[in-house]
Amino acid sequence: MDLASLTVSHARDGLRAKEFTAAELAESCISAAQGARRLNLYCHELFDSAREQARAADRRLGDGPAPSMCGIPVGVKDLFCMEGAPTQAASKILEGFRPPYESTVTANLKSAGAVVLGKLNMDEFAMGSSNEHSVYGPAISPWRANGSGDGFTPGGSSGGSAGAVAADLCLAATGTDTGGSIRQPAAFTGIVGLKPTYGRCSRWGIVAFASSLDQAGPLTKSVRDAAIMLGAMAGHDRKDSTSADIEVPDFEALIDEGIQGKRIGIPREYRIDGMPAEIEAAWAEGADMLRSAGAGIVDVSLPHTEFALPAYYVIAPAEASSNLARYDGVRYGFRAKPGPGDGIVDMYERTRAEGFGPEVKRRVLIGTYVLSQGFYDAYYKRAQRVRSLILGDFKAVFESGVDAILTPATPSSAFRLGEIPDDDPVKMYLNDVFTVTVNLAGLPAISLPVGLDGFGLPLGLQLIGRPMDEGCLLGIASSLEAAAEFEAKPAKWWQESPAE
Amino acid sequence: MAISLDDARKVARLARIKVDEQELPAIQRELSAILAFMEKLREADVEGVEPMTSVSPIRVAKRADKVETGGCRDEILSNAPDAQEGFFVVPKVVE
Repeated sequence: MDLASLTVSHARDGLRAKEFTAAELAESCISAAQGARRLNLYCHELFDSAREQARAADRRLGDGPAPSMCGIPVGVKDLFCMEGAPTQAASKILEGFRPPYESTVTANLKSAGAVVLGKLNMDEFAMGSSNEHSVYGPAISPWRANGSGDGFTPGGSSGGSAGAVAADLCLAATGTDTGGSIRQPAAFTGIVGLKPTYGRCSRWGIVAFASSLDQAGPLTKSVRDAAIMLGAMAGHDRKDSTSADIEVPDFEALIDEGIQGKRIGIPREYRIDGMPAEIEAAWAEGADMLRSAGAGIVDVSLPHTEFALPAYYVIAPAEASSNLARYDGVRYGFRAKPGPGDGIVDMYERTRAEGFGPEVKRRVLIGTYVLSQGFYDAYYKRAQRVRSLILGDFKAVFESGVDAILTPATPSSAFRLGEIPDDDPVKMYLNDVFTVTVNLAGLPAISLPVGLDGFGLPLGLQLIGRPMDEGCLLGIASSLEAAAEFEAKPAKWWQESPAE
Repeated sequence: MAISLDDARKVARLARIKVDEQELPAIQRELSAILAFMEKLREADVEGVEPMTSVSPIRVAKRADKVETGGCRDEILSNAPDAQEGFFVVPKVVE
């Protein structure tokens, strides 16, 4: 049996039944990861500490009942601080940074017994939709188009996380989602990606991008796994003042509540010009599947959707320009070599010019511009008012008795690395058209695979739920997953003989 | 909205990012394209709409104003590009 290809739930059951050990499970993932280095998904391998954690998990499993995540090998996006482990947010400016503290989410996972195999590639500071903006170089998708040797993007910004789960280099991975950074890569790689409600998971110890939009969540091989892993990641945390002080339910138990009598909204504004016919068809089929499973399908309207993307691309860079002000070459990471006669401001300016990549610089500059004197009201304040309108759209739909909203996850399947030129940032931003509304409104949403397109690349659909009701959302997603029967996996073309 | 070379230079200065003169036209072009994309916001009718200032309805919790973690100077300095005798070291600030 190829242990690395197991889901979290199956691995849990196998560990509890003593069919294999956590050490064997970890070793299977480590050898898969070593044989897939050309995909550039792991950016910092932590195999030695993973082996220790696996042995500890085996002891715990032997001592009696252990949490579901005990002994489960996971990958962690490079955005999460882990004590003593390299944490760079895929940026040169955090070169050499080893946090003396642990993010709450990874601490929660570790205390549940999860085994951390390593840090995963991403777009620098989580800014990007293709994982091409990384100091480690681009992450490469395990998926290829039929008959093509071209490299495809695993999506972004959690591209390493999505690729590693899809290629069976770990059982599950953490990601973060500011505008679609969990859901879009999950859709591009044929896996499940869950962005929880804002406040469900603590942001403490996660390198900040846009604090009012950022939220951590799981990337997994099944909806059940997303429920299990979310349960282990979530929870109130005094160290994050926006973390919600409410109970974390047993999400896995809620999956089985099913879909009978649930109402699913289909928003007409998500039918956009130029959307590939295959995505329209997958969307319509998804609605049919939910109807056949017992849900009611209703047309709904989210009238301010067209303003979401421009509002997002004001708010996110504005918050980023403020959050990234801390990278000045003084306290951690990279400092540029001084020129002759340089003072402290020259040091800041050189450090930031050499330490940030082009997309990060662009967003810091745009954010600085929209917050600057004379433009604040026209851009930032206006975008925040539009944000109220977008939240109001969702509230009205949910108040009308809709339980979840079904949309495409992305406006296309995965594209080739290099296909979107770096000097056309707006074209890249359009990738987020179906996902940013959810971040602006702070809602939970899940992306799951429903089929392959004509190129043999995965297509995903998105379900959006009511705030703090991930249980209901997961139940509906599970019904759709069962009906879609998506079982495709990428051919393992990347495998090479493992070497230390 | 297109911005000028001067605007691009000014915003780079505000953001404390060194930009060489020959890089400025590309930055001006890219920022202008992004700002043009944001122009769409002008079409939204936001009359009488309050700006959204909080994502979740939760009240921010208060806590006692006292140090909970501290006494870890050396750990903090361990990540500094330059630290000496318990201090961060930076280029000369006072002329």
